[in-house]
Amino acid sequence: MSSLPPSLPAKPAAHRGPAPVFASAFPLRPARVHEVCGAGATAFAALTCARARAGALIWIRETWMRDQLNPLGLVDFFDPSRLILARPTDAVDALAVAEEALRDSAVALVLLEVTRPLDLREGRRLQLAAKTGGGTGLCLIPEGMGSNAAETRWRVQPHWAAPPEDHGAATRSDSTLLRWQLIKNKSGTLGAWDVCWNRTTYRLDVVSPVAE
Amino acid sequence: MSAGTGRRIASMWFPRLPSDRVLRATPLEGPFALTLREGNTERIHCLNPAAEAAGLARGMGLADARAFCPALMTDPARPDREARFLEVLRRWAMRYCPWVGTDGADGLVLDVTGSAHLMGGEEAMLDDMATRAARAGLTLRAGLADTRGAAWALAHHARGATARAAPGETAQALAPLPVTALRLDPAEVAGLERLGLRTVGALEAAARAPLARRFGPGLLVRLDQAMGRQGEAVSPAGEAPHYATRLTLPEPIGLEADVMEGTRRLLERLCEKLDHQETGARTLCLTLRRVDRDSRQVELRLAAPMRDPVRILPLFRRGLEGVDAGYGIDQMRLEATLVEPLPARQLSPRATGGDRARVEDLITRIGTRIGLENVQRFRPADSHIPERAFQVVPAAFAGPEAGMEVGAEAAAHSANRAGAGAWAAPRPRPLRLFPPEPIAGHGPRPPAPLRWRRMSLTPVRVTGPERIAPEWWFDLPGWRRGLRDYWMVDTREGRRLWLFHTPQDPAWFVEGEFA
Repeated sequence: MSSLPPSLPAKPAAHRGPAPVFASAFPLRPARVHEVCGAGATAFAALTCARARAGALIWIRETWMRDQLNPLGLVDFFDPSRLILARPTDAVDALAVAEEALRDSAVALVLLEVTRPLDLREGRRLQLAAKTGGGTGLCLIPEGMGSNAAETRWRVQPHWAAPPEDHGAATRSDSTLLRWQLIKNKSGTLGAWDVCWNRTTYRLDVVSPVAE
Repeated sequence: MSAGTGRRIASMWFPRLPSDRVLRATPLEGPFALTLREGNTERIHCLNPAAEAAGLARGMGLADARAFCPALMTDPARPDREARFLEVLRRWAMRYCPWVGTDGADGLVLDVTGSAHLMGGEEAMLDDMATRAARAGLTLRAGLADTRGAAWALAHHARGATARAAPGETAQALAPLPVTALRLDPAEVAGLERLGLRTVGALEAAARAPLARRFGPGLLVRLDQAMGRQGEAVSPAGEAPHYATRLTLPEPIGLEADVMEGTRRLLERLCEKLDHQETGARTLCLTLRRVDRDSRQVELRLAAPMRDPVRILPLFRRGLEGVDAGYGIDQMRLEATLVEPLPARQLSPRATGGDRARVEDLITRIGTRIGLENVQRFRPADSHIPERAFQVVPAAFAGPEAGMEVGAEAAAHSANRAGAGAWAAPRPRPLRLFPPEPIAGHGPRPPAPLRWRRMSLTPVRVTGPERIAPEWWFDLPGWRRGLRDYWMVDTREGRRLWLFHTPQDPAWFVEGEFA
């Protein structure tokens, strides 16, 4: 927390003051580009799609990636027919497509799988494009490859918690407990939450705030 | 000069059209023939005068022809290209009159009423036809008369290469010609010859009633058509709509803004044409001819058929940016190379076409950079095999099924669920699938310390097995190990993996990851 820019008003440190409000951070701030890393990044991206406003959802993945998105997994979060996949051949094309899509106001959300560190110029260009178009951008980054221009950065890890004794194993069987850590936030506090997506009711439950 | 108000019809016959077409491109000395496969034999389809002089004829078997003339050179005939060539000739013949139709596979019929004087009279017109055809390397026989039948007869059976019957003198001109000149069946011709009626004149002089009784009405209809007692239309083939516009500039241009302005003008004219035909362009090709005779092409593939110049123009910008104008561009040509029907649509207040149109424009813009086929959508497919349970199709050719139309967020959520109906997942499926990665393991239950991608994971909850059998009617290389028992494995470290075991050929693999 000590690394906050001095121009921002001083905020209470997370461990002392009131717990940061999840609602202020999660439906991701529109017209900005955010970043997510960690093993649960795909689930985070799917949740962002589920919470996106009406409009096109564009997921940009380079063609050489061997793994593929599974629409039958995504269907637990949103209708995969809404998704438009763009398959550029290299990172430069991927960035260009992302910028083009962000600048278009018909697009609600642009997801970009980043494979190399973005420099400040590239990150800033995406940010400006998002500001023009009004859509949200989300970069899925490998750990530590973020750009300084990102509005927020999340680290999302799938999390295992032993089921409480009073709940049967069946109630937990469809849960997808994730630990979300907000590790960078340009206009707000950092925080960490345990979050669980309910596949049947399409609801996002914040299970319990965890201490830093 | 034609006198009076009677019609004047010209008939052009290209007796060696197929072989002339080939010989124009590759001139040859000596006998040459085109062959066409009929049933089980190659037969001569068309031949040049040298081959005819060697004693060959149309319809002759190729083996016989080779025996007659060992030096014969042959080529397979291409009837489709011949038809296209005749179509080219038809368009060329419109220099004589605007009303030109094709006549059989090797003839044209022109209604030259009132247009012969433009070429300096009928004789001059026929001479011009003959000269130009000879210059193009085509054998031509032409006839000109009051009726279509008579013109055909003169073209096919008159003595010279061109023949003309003066207005009102059809009967005299046709009288010495054989009855085959009346476009009759071979059986009818044989019957008439058996009766001793060998020429049109003799037929004309014979009593009509017995002829009608013997040969049916067809014979007399042909005779009357030739003599002008019964009308016969010249129906020009409908000109296929031509979606191209051109702009020639007095001074070369080179600035991008100027080229865009030129494109805008071309586009407006082109879209007007498209609008008339209720079609939309799918692929546009802009050819920029430079002063140094070089040309540059900009191709634009659209994500949906379109005919709105305001929407299309900005999509050209990226393509035009990369064009090297050299010393300047002095001619521009815009052609819609792929056109799809696009009926006019009623605009209703509920229509949210605007949003969809903007997404289509975006797909086009992205497509110009990475290729239109690389912008894709998911489609459900009917299969239990995880990697075949969905299809990835180009977005330009598959519209969204649901989700795009909804306005409010609440509606979006209900659409999420409504659209999910088409996606049938009996059990939770992983978010990511990867090519199966082998892991160490024994027995039918997931291995307890699980080593995957250099991580040691401890399964704390396993769900399964879910048995999926391969589709025996498809030979999927990944499924050669037979049945698969899928397990969902939650690990203490957090990762949730999708494992499968192949009991028929025991081994363990990781195929996907939840979250």
